Amino acid sequence: MNLRKIGFVIVLAILTLASCKNPANKPVTVNFWHIGTAATDKAYYQGVVDAYTKLHPNVTIQLTILENEAFKSKLATVMQSGTPPDVFHSWGGGMLAEYAKAGLLRDITKFTKDTDWGKSMAAGVWNVYAYDGKQYGAPFDMGAITFWYNKDILAKVGYTAFPTDFDDLVVLVGKLKAAGIVPIALGGGDKWPAMHMWTYIAERIGGKEVLQNAVQGKGNGFNDPAFIKAGDILVQLVKAGAFQDGFLGATYNDEAALVGNGKAAMELMGQWAPNVEKDSSVSKTGIGAALSAAPFPSIKDGLGKVTDVVGGGNGMAIGKNAPDAAVDFLKFLTNQENNAAYAAAAGIIPTVKGAETGIKDDNAKLVKGIVDKTEFFQLYLDQFLAPAPAGAVNDNVQAILAGTKSPTDACKAIQAAVDSNK
Amino acid sequence: MKNKSSQFLLLAFLLGPALILFTFFVVIPVFQAAFFSLFKWNGLGPIVDFRGINNFKLLFADEVFHKALTNNLIIVIVSLIIEIPLALYAALIIGRKNFKFAILFRTFFFLPYVLSEVITGLLWQFIYHPQYGLVKMFFAFFAPGVDAPTLLGNPKTVLGAIMVAIIWKYFGFHMSILIAGLQDISEEVREAAKIDGASEGQTTRRIILPLLRPTLMISIFFSIIGSFQVFDVIWAMGKGDPVNSAETMVTYMYKFGMQRFNIGYGSAVAVTIFLICLTFSVFYNRQTLKSEGMTK
Repeated sequence: MNLRKIGFVIVLAILTLASCKNPANKPVTVNFWHIGTAATDKAYYQGVVDAYTKLHPNVTIQLTILENEAFKSKLATVMQSGTPPDVFHSWGGGMLAEYAKAGLLRDITKFTKDTDWGKSMAAGVWNVYAYDGKQYGAPFDMGAITFWYNKDILAKVGYTAFPTDFDDLVVLVGKLKAAGIVPIALGGGDKWPAMHMWTYIAERIGGKEVLQNAVQGKGNGFNDPAFIKAGDILVQLVKAGAFQDGFLGATYNDEAALVGNGKAAMELMGQWAPNVEKDSSVSKTGIGAALSAAPFPSIKDGLGKVTDVVGGGNGMAIGKNAPDAAVDFLKFLTNQENNAAYAAAAGIIPTVKGAETGIKDDNAKLVKGIVDKTEFFQLYLDQFLAPAPAGAVNDNVQAILAGTKSPTDACKAIQAAVDSNK
Repeated sequence: MKNKSSQFLLLAFLLGPALILFTFFVVIPVFQAAFFSLFKWNGLGPIVDFRGINNFKLLFADEVFHKALTNNLIIVIVSLIIEIPLALYAALIIGRKNFKFAILFRTFFFLPYVLSEVITGLLWQFIYHPQYGLVKMFFAFFAPGVDAPTLLGNPKTVLGAIMVAIIWKYFGFHMSILIAGLQDISEEVREAAKIDGASEGQTTRRIILPLLRPTLMISIFFSIIGSFQVFDVIWAMGKGDPVNSAETMVTYMYKFGMQRFNIGYGSAVAVTIFLICLTFSVFYNRQTLKSEGMTK
């Protein structure tokens, strides 16, 4: 090869590189991790990925699909080694904040603040994926924890509607118990189902300020009388036989099976409850049309409103090394059309305005109805708090239910865990 | 001189690979954990928050860790007074030369050991299930009207219920070790004893058991170390809950260290478990070797 030829090749190479400066054409790879292992979810994500790469041929999306628990441990490993995926599943809240603090996430505020994408969802929903005023991801599913109850069973003991007052709920529990039906199914062994009940009771007594103070470490924190009173009420429910035998060792799936098989009258659970009930039931169809949802009742003289909601959902976070294409892909994933398509396919509660047209399932419509009326939204406590205090909340609520700790001591222990995590 | 260096080369060649692997996967991680244990660190980002021995202070002050340590000791004791004697008893019967169904029973008792720990845990969880379990059915059949106990849901019974599963799983393993030990005892010794007029009981007590001692010591060693490290079965049967009633040191480490992103604290737990096991092994090995006249 003579010098002239070499020179020609170099010039050609430079020209090629120069033409690559245009970011739209530069080949780029986006690592995308999701946890939609069910057939419908897998197909949905594959469809979105295919549609995106068709529009942007220079983008290659590498999919990693992991089961929930496997995802958690694998993500923890890559996070600890400082190499997050570009787009990955996240529940937001405290864990997202830990990652953000460690500099493992990309700040995408400039893409969301005052943009069309930003305006496509409510501010409160965006906040679940923000930390310290900066946006690190986007939600696509946001629902509420509600009571899921069996209309037929309630009718048997003379209730045509779900109680809107807590005292009335206690009366209902007594009637169900007398009729030999498990009033409330509770997966106390998994702890978090009980934690939601405790959170709701505390909120209904003390109002949103009490919860806000607790999670922000202000005022009395978790030592507020509302939290202690909530513990007392849980103890009373246990004494009244509100939960099934052996509920302290039961898993969430046990809880879902009791309701799905028509053995229990109700459970307090998130938007996924109908699907899990179906899967956990003997018939695989759950209790069908007998299932309905109702917001957590208000408590007499309490400051919390029926429209205050504890909830949460799913979304995606952006890793620190993610290219712009990753953010653009997330934007595509959470556009109205795709969000509606997911709602139609998998029964999520869409976050994007206008995407609710995709909801086909009656149960999902019920949840959406409750979410839409929300005045105050609190992300699940164990998701909102950092992992260590979140674990303490779950542990101590279980201790209250088991009677091994007084509500006062349990609240003290939770506050101590919150303080020591600072 | 030349001889010495070639000997060194041979040693380096034979021991080198194992030594390198051991250093990389055992020695360095141990020191690394010891280093992490001095920090408050969530496993993400740089390690900067030095806390000295604070993690250990918190650990030794934590009631849940006390509970975990106590549970480990309970598991050790129960293993020693129930599991090993049971295994020994079964081995003595099944290991007899003229026992007809030896292979059948050996397979039968050894079977649970073949199952993975998680499967064992799930299996026993089904047995104890308060709504559909075998225990519930047993009560419904033999004692209708009596409420079946919810063994895994009650803080008072959960550890006992798990112990049953642990003994069920591991006793066959110890039995097999002991049978192997029994087979090493030569038939002549038994015959000689018989000719001397020793009864069956005397032969077992005075001759078989003393000769079985080294095997028994190994079995006990495995049992104790295994009891300190037990994790999977307990995790599968309710994660050491309700209210930490069945927590062991390892479930404690996993839950409070790994799951809650307190890597520094978890490392402190790991170092503590390591020291307990190391102290025990060194002490135990020295004692057994001494009593067998193998040390100077």
